[in-house]
Amino acid sequence: MNSRAIELLVGLFMLLFLGAMLVLALRVSNLTGFGGGDSYHLVARFENIGGLQAGAGVAAGGVRVGEIDNIEYDSETFEAIVHLSMNAKFDSFPQDTSASIYTAGLLGEQYIGLEPGAEVDVLVDNDEIYQTQSALVLERLIGQVLFSRSGSD
Amino acid sequence: MINYVAGVGRYWIDFLASVGRASLFLLNTLTALPSLFRRPALLVRQLHAIGVMTLSIVLVSGLFVGMVLALQGYNILIDFGQENRTGTLVALTLVRELGPVVTGLLFAGRAGSAITAEIGLMKATEQLSGLEMMAVDPFKRIFAPRFLAGFMAMPMLAAMFSAVGACGGYLLAVVALGVDSGAYWSLMQSAVNFIYDVGNGLVKGTVFGFVITWIAIYQGAESIPTSEGVSRATTRTVVYSSLAVLGLDFLLTAIMF
Repeated sequence: MNSRAIELLVGLFMLLFLGAMLVLALRVSNLTGFGGGDSYHLVARFENIGGLQAGAGVAAGGVRVGEIDNIEYDSETFEAIVHLSMNAKFDSFPQDTSASIYTAGLLGEQYIGLEPGAEVDVLVDNDEIYQTQSALVLERLIGQVLFSRSGSD
Repeated sequence: MINYVAGVGRYWIDFLASVGRASLFLLNTLTALPSLFRRPALLVRQLHAIGVMTLSIVLVSGLFVGMVLALQGYNILIDFGQENRTGTLVALTLVRELGPVVTGLLFAGRAGSAITAEIGLMKATEQLSGLEMMAVDPFKRIFAPRFLAGFMAMPMLAAMFSAVGACGGYLLAVVALGVDSGAYWSLMQSAVNFIYDVGNGLVKGTVFGFVITWIAIYQGAESIPTSEGVSRATTRTVVYSSLAVLGLDFLLTAIMF
């Protein structure tokens, strides 16, 4: 085989590798999701975040509008501080928006759902969401049901 | 009894000596690498022989491994009503483990054995000595291009294996078994992290490529220059590289994930 054909085949090989990396980045792992685009930062404090993890989604009305940057624990107020990275396209959430932790399906992963309020002023970079609702911990729920059952008898 | 102890000692000394020879060989190959900047055509030729020629077997295997993973995963996940997560299972398994490992095993069988046989035969027909007689350094002319080509081609092949596998899983899960197409990709995307999963998979592929090519070239250069010696060296390449891939994979997984 002459060297021209070999060079051509090796070039195709390289292009195929680039194509595979594109598939892995865009289809398999969603690299561009929110990391590359413009974003703004919000903070929310929760009493209990359940099984929420960094990288989980933030949804409003079921649509993904951001993701969780990282999670800290405040040892003075004994609360979990969740840092949200919001897509800059969705920048009109009112100041009294509330955040709750939901579970996708019965066994799915947990995410933060935003419920927009009614105020005119909107949340901007580094604002805090004050109205939060903790995660539903299944064991606690079962405990409550059992307790109320035994109480009513 | 004394003889037995001496035998153990001799075995150990032989082992250490061969580790030392292989390390020196690697060092000589690495120091010969910069000469490839002056003769890139040698590298291109080896990329063709090592990378392009291995491509077909890697792509076909990737497709089938992806489809088998989707089939097995679907059958188990449907018991929990989570069949939408078939894509997650296929992608994580491929990108983290099976992509680099199966590609490594195929690479050892297809490219590693070819490198050893070629170099062993060069040695048996005294082509290597001929090169030295003409003041051509075999490290620069023969070993370095093969080493760099194997080192480069292996992670590329692993990435292609994973990408094709994910598409194979899609074919089976979505087209044949009726998993929701949007759920297949979106659940996969939310579970797979590019840096952590895909990046570590590429690191694994690079490490495997390094080790397999090193073993293949060294076994070829150290082979006994007879037809039987070359055949033994080729067998050793495949056996040692496969074991090295599986062992290193365990180590790397323990460190990474």
